[in-house]
Amino acid sequence: MSLVMDQQSSERGIVLSAEQKSRRRSRSIALAVALAVFVALIFAVTLVKGPGVMIRPL
Amino acid sequence: MSLLSERASLAAPLPGSQAEPSMAGAGDYLALMKPRVMSLVVFTALAGLVVAPGHMHPVLACFSLICIAVGAGSSGAFNMWYDADIDAVMSRTSDRPVPAGRVRPGEALAFGLVLAGFSVVFLGLMINLLAAGLLAFTIFFYVVIYTMWLKRWTPLNIVIGGAAGAFPPMIGWAAATGGIGLESILLFLVIFFWTPPHFWALSLYSVEEYRRARVPMLPVVAGLDETRRQILIYSALLAPVGALPWLLGTAGLAYGFIAIAGGAVMVALSWQLHRAPDKRTAKRLFAFSILYLFVLFAALMVEHALGFQQFGIPFGRVFA
Repeated sequence: MSLVMDQQSSERGIVLSAEQKSRRRSRSIALAVALAVFVALIFAVTLVKGPGVMIRPL
Repeated sequence: MSLLSERASLAAPLPGSQAEPSMAGAGDYLALMKPRVMSLVVFTALAGLVVAPGHMHPVLACFSLICIAVGAGSSGAFNMWYDADIDAVMSRTSDRPVPAGRVRPGEALAFGLVLAGFSVVFLGLMINLLAAGLLAFTIFFYVVIYTMWLKRWTPLNIVIGGAAGAFPPMIGWAAATGGIGLESILLFLVIFFWTPPHFWALSLYSVEEYRRARVPMLPVVAGLDETRRQILIYSALLAPVGALPWLLGTAGLAYGFIAIAGGAVMVALSWQLHRAPDKRTAKRLFAFSILYLFVLFAALMVEHALGFQQFGIPFGRVFA
């Protein structure tokens, strides 16, 4: 009986609690926002610096 | 057994292992970056940017500040990774993400590495290599020299380690000019001499916690009287150093007045703490030291924005 239950639980793998799901969601949203801000920043700096974006003083 | 269930069983957590699902929320990662320290870093770096000669495009200035902020955040994450054992026994820090168990030490370390890498590389690629080099050195100084070495070894930890907090105006200046000017060195010195009285005032009313955590802060090692004496000495040094930008002609009258008046209050509070020690005076000194630095740097920025710094004492032009 217990062997069957162990098999069942291992087949289910990691089951997240509601709290864990909510925290994973907040991490995912924060990562998405950070990536969007990063892309926007690089785009803005590229526009400002123009074709010489990689040319910089020491 | 289907392929899906086979993969799921492989991913099942091992008891007591690091494979447990993370309990960290976005707020925990924000806390790892020490946002209050970060705001002070950004503020002082902004002062370096504003005071620097020449014009910097606002977008590039914003980008530089974000890189500096992220670099400061990486230092915070490294610090929380390494100091989790100390943080766990101090009530002020025991709820930080790592000692509270919401973020694993490895996650904090990885987060710090990613932030440090991104901030230094992109500051170097988009702005200049000197600013990036200074930012990298600041992170190294704070993490390796201060956190890993000085903090657990000597009561002079925050005197020498204070240099890490003093670099941001120099990084801001370097981002704007590509060099290091006398003015940025003066701003470095102001923060450098401000740090000991600021942190020792805090440590005076947290002495038992530092003792329990076995951190050799000055009050733990040398006693409360010696700490109060050192606070007075460093405040007496800070007062003239704070006025140097005005005396050397890089700041105007308003800054000079604020520096002298603020410096006098710092010395007066330190003297009061030395003569009649109590926790309330230590808290007042700690709170005033924050106000002092904020007003000093704000005055400097406002003067430069309005062009009033030309009304400073022209000693600097004599030395120039």
